[in-house]
This record gives sequence, C-alpha cells and structure tokens, in this order.
Amino acid sequence: MSSERNVRIKIGELKSDIGFLKNLEVSIGKVIGEEWAEEAGPTQFPSIVDLREWDFKLLQRYKPFYMPFCDVCCLCTFGKCDLTGDKRGACGLNMAGQQSRIVLLACCIGAATHASHARHLVEHLIEKFGRGHPVDVGGLNVEVEAPITRLVCGVKPKTLGDLEDALNYVEREIVRLLSATHTGQEENNLDFESKVFHVGMIDHVAMEIADIAQISALGFPKADPEAPLAEIGLGVVDSSKPVILVIGHNVPPAAEIVNYLMENGLYGGVEVTGLCCTAHDVTRYNPKAKIIGPISWQLRFIRSGVADVIVVDEQCIRADTLIEAQKIKAPVIATSDVNCLGMPNRTKDEVDKIVEDMVSGKESGALILDPSKAAEVAVKTALLVAPKRMKFKALPDINDIIEGARKCRKCDDCRRACPNDLPIREALAQALNGRLDALASLYDECIGCARCESACPINLPLHSFIVKAAERRLKEEKYRIRVGRGAIQDVEIRNVGSPIVLGEIPGVVAFVGCANYPRGGAEVAEMAVEFAKRRYIVVSSGCAAMSIAMYKDEEGKSPYEVFPGAFDAGGIVNVGSCVSNSHIAGAAIKIASIFARRRLRGNYEEIADYILNRVGAVGVAWGAMSQKAAAIASGFWRLGVPVVVGPHGLKYRRMLLGRKDRSEDWYVYDARTGEKVYVGPAPEHLFYAAETKEEAMVMIAKLCMRPNDTTKGRAIKLSHYIDLHKRFFGAVPDDVHLFVRTLADVPLTMRDEVVKILEEKGWKENIIPDPTLLPRLVRRKAGE
Amino acid sequence: MSDMSAARQIEPWQTAEIPGPKKALIISNPQIVSALIKRSRKPLLVVGHRAAEIKISEGLLVDYIIHLAEAANLPVASAPSIQSEFIKRGFAKVASMPLVDVANRLTDPSWMGLDGGGQYDLALFIGFKYYVSWLILSGLKHFSPTLKTVSLDMYYQPHASWSFPNISQDEWEKNLKVIVESLKVK
Repeated sequence: MSSERNVRIKIGELKSDIGFLKNLEVSIGKVIGEEWAEEAGPTQFPSIVDLREWDFKLLQRYKPFYMPFCDVCCLCTFGKCDLTGDKRGACGLNMAGQQSRIVLLACCIGAATHASHARHLVEHLIEKFGRGHPVDVGGLNVEVEAPITRLVCGVKPKTLGDLEDALNYVEREIVRLLSATHTGQEENNLDFESKVFHVGMIDHVAMEIADIAQISALGFPKADPEAPLAEIGLGVVDSSKPVILVIGHNVPPAAEIVNYLMENGLYGGVEVTGLCCTAHDVTRYNPKAKIIGPISWQLRFIRSGVADVIVVDEQCIRADTLIEAQKIKAPVIATSDVNCLGMPNRTKDEVDKIVEDMVSGKESGALILDPSKAAEVAVKTALLVAPKRMKFKALPDINDIIEGARKCRKCDDCRRACPNDLPIREALAQALNGRLDALASLYDECIGCARCESACPINLPLHSFIVKAAERRLKEEKYRIRVGRGAIQDVEIRNVGSPIVLGEIPGVVAFVGCANYPRGGAEVAEMAVEFAKRRYIVVSSGCAAMSIAMYKDEEGKSPYEVFPGAFDAGGIVNVGSCVSNSHIAGAAIKIASIFARRRLRGNYEEIADYILNRVGAVGVAWGAMSQKAAAIASGFWRLGVPVVVGPHGLKYRRMLLGRKDRSEDWYVYDARTGEKVYVGPAPEHLFYAAETKEEAMVMIAKLCMRPNDTTKGRAIKLSHYIDLHKRFFGAVPDDVHLFVRTLADVPLTMRDEVVKILEEKGWKENIIPDPTLLPRLVRRKAGE
Repeated sequence: MSDMSAARQIEPWQTAEIPGPKKALIISNPQIVSALIKRSRKPLLVVGHRAAEIKISEGLLVDYIIHLAEAANLPVASAPSIQSEFIKRGFAKVASMPLVDVANRLTDPSWMGLDGGGQYDLALFIGFKYYVSWLILSGLKHFSPTLKTVSLDMYYQPHASWSFPNISQDEWEKNLKVIVESLKVK
C-alpha cells in the first residue's frame, strides 16, 4: 500500500559504545512502494478545510434549524452567559454558534469513542495475530475491502498493521476538531457544521477500521448473506446454568470467554449472554452465544438475577452497573481503561486470588485489563458464584407492588421524570386492587432508564414494579436474529447497483442506532418489515437490529427468519454492531465505485456528489440517543445520505432541513451540458425528526427519490410515497408535482389523481439531467 | 394530574427541562389567549399528532381545535398524520405540514405563510408531546424574534411567549372552552 507516512531511517556511519555501524537503512512498520494503480483523487487524508466547499454546498441547501437545549453557555468561567435570542456571550459567540459548537463537541465524543475502540482492537489483534495478519472481510467476494478508508485516506490496507496509518490520521483530526470547540476558536456556525461533517466522516473511517480488524482476525462472518441465526430475548437464557453477562461494545473479553470455555470443555455448561453491541459481536464470534437485547434491557436483566457474573467493556454501559450488580450479589469485571468503575486494578494478580476475593464477597469486582485473564476469572467466578447466589434477584413480589401503591404520594414526580411521559402513578394506583395490567402495559414503551425511581421521593423501585408486572411477557421473549454479516459483497453491489441508481429498487433503508424509542422497539420492526415487503433493501445494525428481531409475525417468526439476509430487494440485512455501520456507508460508496466505476481513491467529493444525486439511501435512527449516533449520522450527511430520527432525536439540537418551497435551492448542473436544471427537492432533508412512525415512513419513501432516477424508477418510488401517504394520511401528497419531471414519472395506476394535481398546480415538464453539484464534473460547458 | 402546589404549576412539566433566563408568561386567565388572537395581525394554529389521541369531554382534542379555529378563523398547520381527522370532520382550512417544517419556516422572515399572504405574528401550539414542543418553542424563542408563541397544552412550556401552567385536565378543558367563548364575543 501507499502509506500516509513511511518512517525510514538511513545512517551512513555511527560510532557508539556498542560498536560501529555503516550504511544501515531501517524502514519501520511499512511496506514502501505503490501497489494501487488507481490514480489518487484530490483529497487524500483531507484536512478540516479540504472538503469545506462541499459542506457549504450541502449547508446552503439544507440549512440548520437550531432548537437550543439550554439557553446559556457554561463552558468557561466567563459564564454562565445568557445567549437568548440575539445575545452574545462574554467570548462573543452567539446562540447559533453555540448550538453548532455543542453538536461538534458531541460528534467529537462519538468519533473519539469509535477511534479509541478501533485503536484498542487493532493493538490487541496485532499483539495476538501479528501486524502482518491479512485484512479479509469477504475473501474473493470482497475486493474493495475498506471502501471508506480508500475513499477518505486514499490508501488500501492489506494487513492489520496497515490500518494504523488511517488510525493515526483519524486521531489527529479528532484532536484538531475538538480544539475548535475551545473558547475563542471558531465563531461561525456553518464552519462549525462543516467540522461536524468532517468528524462524521472521520468517525466512519474509525468504525470501518474497528470492524474490518475484528472481522479479519476473529473469524466473524465475512460478508455472508446466510450468516447463522442466533437467539435473542430475555426468555432464551437457560437460567439453570451459570450465566455470564457481557455488556458494551468491545468484544475481546467476550471472545476470550468463549475461547476459555471451549478450550476447557465448559461451553455447554455456562451460558454466555450479552447486551448491546458486544452481544452482536460475541454472536458473530460464536452464534451459540445469546443476545438479551438492546441497551434498555440492562437494568431489567440485571435485576432479574439471572446473571452470575457481569463483564463490562466500554460504551453505553449504565453508570450504576456496579450498584445494580451488588443488589443481586453478582461480581463485576471491568475490562477497559475507559470504564474502570472505581475498582482495584487486578490485572497483574493471580487468577485464583481474584476469583477467591470475588466469590467470598471480599471484593465486589475487579478491573482486569488483560482480556484472556478477565475471561478466565469470569468463568471460574461464575462457576463458583452460581450455586451460592441461587439466581438471587432484585425484583419485588406482587405484595411489594401493592404496598408501594399504598405508600405512593401521588406527586407525579415519576411521570415528570419519565422520558416518555408514561402514566406511572395511574398504573400503580390500579395495583392497589391487585390489578397489574396497567403497570405491565407500560413495559413496551419503557426505555429502562429508571429515572422514575431516582425521582420518587419515597424510593419506590418503580422500574422493577413495571418489570415484575410484565414478568410473563419477559419469559416469552424468545426470538431469532441473523448475526451480523459485516460487509456487502462486491457481486451484490454489481447486481443491485443499476436498479438502485436507476430507481428500480426504490431505496436502501438502514435502521440503525440506539433504543431511545418514543413508543417501543416494535415500531422499528414494523417499519423494517413494511419496507422489506415493498422490496426496498433494508439494512440494520446495533440496537435497532435487535429491535427488529424482537417481533413476531402471525406464524411466530421474527423478520430475520422471514426475509433473506442478502443485500437485495426485499432483504433485511443485519450488518452487525455499531462499528458495522461502516458497511452501510461502504455499500453506498461501492455502488459508485464498483457499479459506476467512479474513482474511489481520495475522491470524496465526487463520490458524495454521486451518492447524493443517485443512490436512494436513507438512514433511520428511530431511537438515537448517544454521541456516537450523532457522529455516525454526520458521516452519512457529508456522504449525501439523509437521516430520519424519532422525536427524541430533536434533542440533538438541530435539524438540517431543505425548503421545497424555495425552487432556487433545487438546481443541479447537467453534467452533459453544464446547464442548470431544476430537479425538485430530492432528497428534501438531510436530518429530519418525525413525530410518529407513520410520518417517518412517508418521509423515508420520499427521501429515497434522487435526481438521477429514470422515469421507471421515479414512478416506482412515487408509487410507494403516494401509497404510504394515502394509507397513513388519507390523501395524495400535495407536493407530488415537485417530484414529477415528465408524465412518464407518474405511476400508471395513480395517473388520474396525480395528473389532476399536476394541472391544479400548474406543473410543467422538465428534463432529467445527468445531475451533479460540482461544476468540475461538467463534461461540456453551456454554450460551447 | 394530581393536585399541585402553585410553585410546581410553573415548573417545566418534565423536571429536568430547565429553561431560562427568559421564560413564558403564565396564562392566568384564558381570555388572555383570545385577546392575543384578536389582536394578532396574522395568527397560525399548529397542531400535533396527539390531538387525535387526547380525549376530552366533547370527544377528541381535534374536535375542540376545530371549534377554536372556526371561532377565530384561524388557519391550521396540522401534523400530516392527523390531517384526515380534520377533513373527515368537514374542516378544510388545514394544511398538512410536519412540525419541523413549520417551525423552520417560522424562523424565516421572508416566508410568506401557507397562503402566501405574509408573515405570521402569532403561532399557537397544541397537541404535542411535551419535549417535542419544548424544543420547537425553544428554536422559535431564539431564532424568530418577532413571533409570539402560545402553548395551549396542559403543561407549562417555558419557551413559549405564553403558556398555561401545569394544570389538571378538568381545569384545562374549562380554560379551552373559555377561549372559544370569548372569541365569539365581538
């Protein structure tokens, strides 16, 4: 590969105490030389400003709409500063600047988390498998193994060691970007937003590095459409066995637990279960491991007392895990230096001594930074603790609930603390009569945060009341999920590239992100199933991928059992954990590269322009919660992929909204002639929050339209948009005329009603250009 | 809602949604709302999807909203998912527009409104999840300086220009009725 920086030392003569050296040449860690014939594009390892013009093109069309979450700034000792309206703080920053600055800060946190995760994985895997271990995410089926890294960095990693070049770049950029959030640095909100896009792009590189490293070294499914099915749900755990629960995102400790069990003939005797993305990745490592569920299941599962030992790594782990584990007498093993839980560092201690301390109760847990030692301790402790704990749980019995209902002060503080405004007090009141239905009915919409408990002035364990009331349903939570397959094969891209770009596959819809749902996870599954039935390509990852699994049709099958795992029309494709989101972006990039043969290497702007104008892809983060989700979304925005979030997503503080009523915003160049051509608001928004699932579904169908759609493709996309709009909103959309370029765009079965609207709106026919926002891609200038 | 102390009535309904320094004036008398509407040069009623879920004594909240819109001749921008609720009740003066689109346009001084007739000077919000309107009203407070906003939901919305305090459903319904009645008085 061509590396970013080759360290090369040449010494003519060196005399020292140890001897005399002559003509010594050392090359450190790199293969020097060029092995990639593709001509490099203009932006290899781009700096913050290299893609600023592209960002500004997007931001000109999709302007930020800010919704401040806080009216003041309290980041420096000048403050607090009131930024209300047109006020400026002591540093001179105004509210728009402050909001975009906070968005940048959040995205830097998210990208740093993925980068740190990637760095840990790469170093760990290099130590275990060697720097020269080959990058292989799909054998002969995947030649473009790292599309984001190729696109952004202009390098083609072949080994684990090669990944470090890109990682060095990622870390350097994050530091630069984070520094821009310091008091007295950037002042312009659009420049902050451009940096948000930059850190999003960087985040995608980090995610890709992390996932291709673990796929290559740990034997995860390699772009396998028929990756095995694993079990998921609270009811799938065999609680008669010792149970180890892994929580987090960084899989080495969990993988080592599987190794230790296998090597010692213990595998069938101990249950390995997981929450969050570590669960995804441990099932990619061994599909017999079991997934409990998304992040919202942490408290309810821990309190159920089923886990005998809890192993945490990093990211999205509740910060009261140790307290909750102590309630059920389960030891906790922390395995990451970014999440030490205040516990003693026992990394260098003898395994049996650590186990003895935890089993005896002398220590509630240990920090062990060596994954294989942590695994051995976890297994040995689980085997010894399980018979002592007897699945001791921290859930109340029914009498406790009735007593709690009697004591309730009816202050409503629980409801006022609940993110979803659930009527907890009213439901508890019904328990006075022994009726738990109302409490149980809250279970599906409860996100498991337990803020209700923190708010209760008499410390009622309200979350546990809800879980106990729904206990029967918990036991019935038994579903199947296709384990994360990783990358999309090149041949799959070749097969679908044309129908996607021409619009005949109506779109690629990716359900990603966290589980902060407004009305429960079933909504995500319902959306995924609807779009798969409509022959969109549905992709999933992270908590959203789990929520899709936790849903059954009339025959009792989960969506992954009903729909194929191929990247094709009508598939539901679980790519894997959070870092596997890189394969979704990678698929869009590969369409431009493999199908359209656009140059990839360091050619970001052209590829993003291609995707924005041609690839009908939409991300849906219905329960997005974290800073990582913010960073992931911003990487998609820069790439020209719109993202729809649920109502809690408004708390990200700003949307990126197009204005379909401003026709001047929707012109592109026709690359054939250089003429500027009106193409309608396609896609209308870049970042959009929907109030309801129905609103989201209609918007998703709309956002899949692209200027390059053929008439046949546009007719297909319009038919879905109109059909969903009629089904949910009761009428043909009143903006349909904006998406009809010629009469051939109008779906045949809807012709009469659409043409009537076209006539009412004074619609005029337009041409379908070869669309681009980049003048340099125009092949012949207007007038030539 | 349980009985609340006077102090708690003017706290944000969701405990942690602390605003400030600029906070909504309390609608202590519902006739304030009718006066604001009557005085407005160009008002707009923005309706969220919960209007088709919230039950009130005379049916659903959307039924009341139609009375209000008719009494004050208010144009309505409705969440797309409930536009059909208006249409099937025979109320046609409703435009379907997602909330973020309405709010985004309200921050644009050059937007000429749903009818092309000019800027709105008053926007009334009803039928929303608490945190949704909390955020949208925050956006308008900061970035739409000439617009007055009124929250007609039953919880205190600190980012509006005017808001009801946290009140019981009975009290809220009584207040809503007074608004319509006083609008009918010329």
